[in-house]
Amino acid sequence: MATTTLERTNTDSLIGRRIPKLDAPDKASGRTRYLHDINIPGQLHAKILRSSQVHARIVSIDVEAARRVPGVHAVITAADVPWQRPIGVTKDHLPLKSDIVRSRRDEIAAVAADTVEAADEALRLIRVTYEPLPVVATSAEALAPGAPLLHGEDLRAPGRGGALEVVHPASKDNVAMVHEYRQGDVAQGERDSAVVVEDVFWLHYVTHCCMGVSGVIAEFDPSGNLLLYSNTQVPFLHKREFAELLGIDPGRIRIIQPPIGGGFGSKLDIYPFEPIAIFLAKLTRRPVKLVFSREEEFIASPTRQPVLLKLRSGCDSAGRLTFRSVETLHDNGAYTSWGATTPFVMMQTISSLYRVPHCHYRTRAVYTNNPYAGSFRGYGNLQATFAVEAHMDKLADALGMDPLEFRLQNAQDPGETTPQGMHFRSCGFKDCLRTAAERSDYRAKRRANLAHWNDGNPIKRGIGIASMLHVGGGAKMYPSDGCGTIIKLDDFAKVTLITGASEIGQGSETVLAQLTCEELGLPIDAVTVVNNDTAITPWDVGVHASRTTFIGGNSAIGAARKAKRKILEAAAPTAGLAADELDLHGGSIVVKATGERVQDLGKFLRSLHFAEKADLVMTTYYYEPPSVHLDRQYRGDVSAAYSWATQVAEVEVDTETGVVRLLKITAAHDVGRVLNRLGIEGQIEGGIVMGQGYALTEDLLVEGGVIKNPNFRDYKLITAPEVPDVDVSFIETFDGEGPQGAKGVGEAPAICIAAAVANAIYNATGTRIYALPFTPEKVYRALRGKSTAPTWPESAA
Amino acid sequence: MSAMLEIEFRLNGVVQRTAVAADMSALEMLRDVLGLTGTKYGCGEGECGACTITVDGRTVNSCLMFAVDCNGREVQTIEGLSATPLGERLNHSLVAHGAVQCGFCTPGFMMQAQQVLAEHPHASREEIQRGLEGNLCRCTGYRKIIDAVEAVAHPTASAE
Ligand code: FES
Ligand code: FES
Repeated sequence: MATTTLERTNTDSLIGRRIPKLDAPDKASGRTRYLHDINIPGQLHAKILRSSQVHARIVSIDVEAARRVPGVHAVITAADVPWQRPIGVTKDHLPLKSDIVRSRRDEIAAVAADTVEAADEALRLIRVTYEPLPVVATSAEALAPGAPLLHGEDLRAPGRGGALEVVHPASKDNVAMVHEYRQGDVAQGERDSAVVVEDVFWLHYVTHCCMGVSGVIAEFDPSGNLLLYSNTQVPFLHKREFAELLGIDPGRIRIIQPPIGGGFGSKLDIYPFEPIAIFLAKLTRRPVKLVFSREEEFIASPTRQPVLLKLRSGCDSAGRLTFRSVETLHDNGAYTSWGATTPFVMMQTISSLYRVPHCHYRTRAVYTNNPYAGSFRGYGNLQATFAVEAHMDKLADALGMDPLEFRLQNAQDPGETTPQGMHFRSCGFKDCLRTAAERSDYRAKRRANLAHWNDGNPIKRGIGIASMLHVGGGAKMYPSDGCGTIIKLDDFAKVTLITGASEIGQGSETVLAQLTCEELGLPIDAVTVVNNDTAITPWDVGVHASRTTFIGGNSAIGAARKAKRKILEAAAPTAGLAADELDLHGGSIVVKATGERVQDLGKFLRSLHFAEKADLVMTTYYYEPPSVHLDRQYRGDVSAAYSWATQVAEVEVDTETGVVRLLKITAAHDVGRVLNRLGIEGQIEGGIVMGQGYALTEDLLVEGGVIKNPNFRDYKLITAPEVPDVDVSFIETFDGEGPQGAKGVGEAPAICIAAAVANAIYNATGTRIYALPFTPEKVYRALRGKSTAPTWPESAA
Repeated sequence: MSAMLEIEFRLNGVVQRTAVAADMSALEMLRDVLGLTGTKYGCGEGECGACTITVDGRTVNSCLMFAVDCNGREVQTIEGLSATPLGERLNHSLVAHGAVQCGFCTPGFMMQAQQVLAEHPHASREEIQRGLEGNLCRCTGYRKIIDAVEAVAHPTASAE
């Protein structure tokens, strides 16, 4: 890597360089003001009372004593906000619950007080009486005949005319959503198969654990306009949703996004705490700040989607995949958030990571009394890839084929359009496979490890391979998947880049600045990025789906090119050359062919400004990717580009204790093109370690609807001594639509670690484990034949 | 409301006198009473290191320490460290190595890195890893943080 850096720095291009993150010096010195650090004069502190029951009818709520606590400005329950409207992806719950609580996180009352202490004291004095209802603890229980219905009653809320209307109708079962996709004829695929394997996998609960806990500040002005300080990842979508919630025009809502202590998908939905803070601000006419405790963060923020997954796959005797059939139960939790829609991504992996002629995919997202599942980096792809890559190894084994060869034979090539309609304009999948395998010496090590299965040494080595496909050019889920940019050049050739693209720590502001400066021939420090205020920034759909570099980047380039054209056209007459014979370089207008300097850019901009026909250089651009929406059959080229990766995991398994150590990850990522080498390495290394936690240590223990380990002592994140060696290669496929050829990468590195580790444990020990995470206890038991592999429940037959 | 107690201590080199509640944590005092928000709340239970400060030259989790126990002691926060030559070196190194993403954990890592280097001025990679074990980071995967501290511990060896 060091040599590459040197090569790059010798050229003038900013692309591919190691550019330090623009906001890093402030962050490292403690100067950055996160939401938690902002205090508005006159602000009140809010706290939420949550249910002590998993499933119960609320009989009564007594808030009288709480209201008498000195310093308390408001204590509210559903009765105080009869106009509240439902939230969530299917609008199936009210921010403050009125009659039934369906999970331990459910919000019953909220307090706004002068101090956090007064708010806490008031919470303690609220008396709630419940009538317990039977608990539905698993998706299997939820589907059993006669199971209690989670949403068996109509949810009513005020309609437009003031009358109560049914906003979420009673359902006759606990199925929240069904997603089903078919291609070809699976029965034919079975007939064509020489080998068929079928297994059930359990993909567990984990949660985001952003280091900065959730919070919001809400403030109304005297005219009723709402200002929110929020860490949302989708400010423009949420403006609309909050407006609907309050029955006001979206134009009256402004969202400022202070720097965020981590996102990872956790802030894509509106959660009850946000409307509750808004209600309190409205009722008290004071700014209201609400910040979670860490325990609350564990209990009341979304989880990764837990999935029970049955996969049946086949191949013919030549090692060509014949079919894949998948059935999943998604434990939705009590309400529907984005977790229920992860099938959109999962079915892409099932149908299109490898070439498969016949596919069937069905998910039922099922209501239970558990915490509800949201979106989380990878969006279902960790779960789907875990199962698919286990079967790639098993099928290869059954045929006696080398697993790498088997994968190469079925891997996608550039130019292909899959039966699901995804078109791979750029695709470095086979290069990823070969590169990761070669650099890790996969073939030789795999064979060597097999020879040690019965050698009596309790410490075993294993190596495993897994790959992934993920959207890398946005994902058209909303009417527009676009992003707007405004560029302004001042009299000194300094650029203000105003982008709709949000920054959540991933480094988008630096990449967007780089792309802009690259077009304008300016150094990176010539730019200031403004990206966090809906009153200033142009529309963007939000930061999700690994889309920001691709979509925000193309948008920034578009605006920068317009600015450049304007400058060169204005400069042409004095230079005595045509505009297209000029260029911008090194802070100057230059002759394109020779690089000869015509004029200093700042000086030229001043001459433009202070001329008779005075003008400034300011441009706008809106980029909409050339992708399409999925049709009703879930077909369509939903992303403008697709990213690929192969990761090889090397592990050491102590068969006497069950401890698995991740020694090394060798990764090869098709990222289109490396824009900021420092930033992309950081994304990949961080994703790998997040994947390591998913595979080995992180486990949100949910028993009977109760989270047993809502703290970092018992919920184990990976720490510094445990990180593996990492070897990352970038496969540059120069995507034709990507900004400077780049594709999205944010989610990719976390996706196949668990799958690769599972294959490595098998290679080390001959034991395959079908449920995550691979904790010492689980591995120990599995090695002794004691593990009960997940089974498919009868109730879901 | 618990009784207010008057305390006096040295904070980032300056004598401070302030009144705090008996049950207030040092973290709350720094952030809410004294307005030094560089020290972060990540868990409040001594498990994440985001709130790391030094007291009499040793790192502590300020969320677990009572504010009153600062009385008569020498306290340093990220704001103080950042103004020292070592703080600047660490800052530059973290920035140059790409060790900062969301940055929420970073002040805590800065403080802990100072401690590691005080104990082992030429710390090995393993010593750095062990020294940073109590600090959680969800974004970076730690490698770049470790690299950055290593570069400060071995200034000539690093090519960055
Ligand atoms: S906030 Fe003190 S250790 Fe986490
Ligand atoms: S940089 Fe985000 S938690 Fe460390």
